[in-house]
Amino acid sequence: MAEKILLKNVGIPGSERLETYRSRGGYRALEKALRELKPSEVTDAVKKSGLRGRGGAGFPTGLKWSFVPKDVPGPRYLCCNADEGEPGTFKDRVILENDPHMLLEGIAISCFALSVVEAFIYIRGEFALGAERLERAVAEAEEAGLLGPNVLGSDFGLKVHVHRGAGSYICGEETALLESLEGKRGLPRLKPPFPASVGLYGRPTVINNVETLSCVPSIVQNGPEWFASIGTKGNTGPKLFAVSGHVERPGVYELPLGVTLRELLFEYAGGIRGGRGLKAVMPGGSSTPVITAEQADVKMDFDSLAAVGSALGSGAVIVMDDATCMVEVALGLTKFYRHESCGQCTPCREGLGWMVRLLEGIEFGRGSTADIDLLLEIASGISGKTLCPMGDAAVIPAQSTIARFRDEYESHVRTGGCPFKSAAGKVE
Amino acid sequence: MAQGTQRKFSPEAQKEVDKILFSYGVKESAVLPVLHVAQREFGCLDRAAVELVASTLGLSPTRVAQTASFYTMFSPAPLGKHVIQVCTNVSCSLLGSEGIVRYLEKRLGVERGHTRPDGLVTLSTVECLGSCGTAPVMAVNDRYFENLTTEKVESILRELGL
Ligand SMILES: Cc1cc2nc3c(=O)[nH]c(=O)nc-3n(C[C@H](O)[C@H](O)[C@H](O)COP(=O)(O)O)c2cc1C
Ligand code: SF4
Ligand code: FES
Repeated sequence: MAEKILLKNVGIPGSERLETYRSRGGYRALEKALRELKPSEVTDAVKKSGLRGRGGAGFPTGLKWSFVPKDVPGPRYLCCNADEGEPGTFKDRVILENDPHMLLEGIAISCFALSVVEAFIYIRGEFALGAERLERAVAEAEEAGLLGPNVLGSDFGLKVHVHRGAGSYICGEETALLESLEGKRGLPRLKPPFPASVGLYGRPTVINNVETLSCVPSIVQNGPEWFASIGTKGNTGPKLFAVSGHVERPGVYELPLGVTLRELLFEYAGGIRGGRGLKAVMPGGSSTPVITAEQADVKMDFDSLAAVGSALGSGAVIVMDDATCMVEVALGLTKFYRHESCGQCTPCREGLGWMVRLLEGIEFGRGSTADIDLLLEIASGISGKTLCPMGDAAVIPAQSTIARFRDEYESHVRTGGCPFKSAAGKVE
Repeated sequence: MAQGTQRKFSPEAQKEVDKILFSYGVKESAVLPVLHVAQREFGCLDRAAVELVASTLGLSPTRVAQTASFYTMFSPAPLGKHVIQVCTNVSCSLLGSEGIVRYLEKRLGVERGHTRPDGLVTLSTVECLGSCGTAPVMAVNDRYFENLTTEKVESILRELGL
């Protein structure tokens, strides 16, 4: 297995404690940044490393940072997105619970680069253990002078808040997260203006994912060239792949971007459970289009997955064996998105309910061929016509399963029910 | 202001609230953190609890109530002593969460989405708990139970005295 960077401390007893982290070289990158580098040099290093956001969109991190206006007086903020709610995703939790100091070090270095003196970690409400460990880590770091008014005796000061969410998927969307941080309902904001200019409390704000910020210490410590040498061109660095579903060994695997799906599933995750065949994979969480077994040689990186009509998303690899009903999967996920719709946009609020009713009809034997086409029509009436990207995401399960497995939808219609019913043992 | 309600935080909770108020420069940002304390303290966010939070923060009760109602972890009515939440999202359902929910419904004599009349247990289904590698998963109050089978569920229920 490749050298571990993000998971190097996981599994070591007491990995969440400051003394363990420091004994393994932790906080040396922060020291290096403060003593040897100018803030702009840190940003340059992150740019040069090629790091792209690990929260879903893959936006270049250094470029995002450079959008923050330099000449505006007054406070600016960094928000760490630890809301991890995308179905299939459980990678950030591993860092939050096992290596909170790596994240804090990444946050501290990033805040130094961005001249931020107050940062918020927005952690999903259900992650009680992660929040507890983070809070303790913040206290330990403050006590040791690694956070607080004079970080490592310098004149750079930083306050980090651990802010718990309260059960809402949409708060993972960056502007909804900001609204929630301001004590409001998590309703996404219209963009532009982008958070880099008008963010938290109307101030310039950077929002980055947990894994993204956790890459920063090693970039500073080992240099951007080192980071860029991992992975493939334009898709650099290590990536956490959260593999779930029908594999023998589900779990979080750290591998260079560009590893093939086949390698990930068969060499690392132990292959398909019970010796069954692979049918389909959502390669980057529930909002990424399904790909099929024939595409298993695709490289797991942003550009290669985009080239086969899917996306790397959050790196959550959801694996389905040949006994899986794709209509049932689409139905379950469309219900999820309907439930999580914040209700601001009519297409998202109403269209998803309509899609659920049609999918239920097909799954339970009351559907027609016209319903399949109607599903696609409604989906295209939602996609691209909403305020936030959740509208686009929400129709992907239905849209992509129809695109790749239309025959399965048709056999539901033809036979008046679900051909997998006995296998799954489900009832209406 | 709280209109003649008797609701107060316990001294420990009040200490926690004071710490939150001190730590956040913008008081609106303290809404969720203080609501969490109140939910834990009173078991739900009924009107009196919302009013207490509002007066603590110097905000209108309507403003606080609007926020609270958006989030699933804040409950307007009391829940059971044990709140059992089974994830039924994609990775868990691929590995049989539906069977787990049905087992719990039968075994506990309560349907999903309901609290048993004796107030001992609330059973609900939830969206992805961020633990899909150890599916199927359920949370009981704050604690996660993973890689569930019906046998494992049975022993957890016994441990809880259910
Ligand atoms: C509906 C929705 C949910 C999202 N949930 C998350 C999440 O849980 N965690 C996350 O890091 N990003 C999430 N994102 C992406 C964020 O909006 C944002 O792009 C990301 O946090 C930026 O960080 P990055 O540049 O480091 O990737 C979500 C986006 C949408 C539209
Ligand atoms: S697309 Fe859906 S979730 Fe996003 S703002 Fe509109 S209604 Fe809300
Ligand atoms: S799908 Fe159940 S924990 Fe993620």
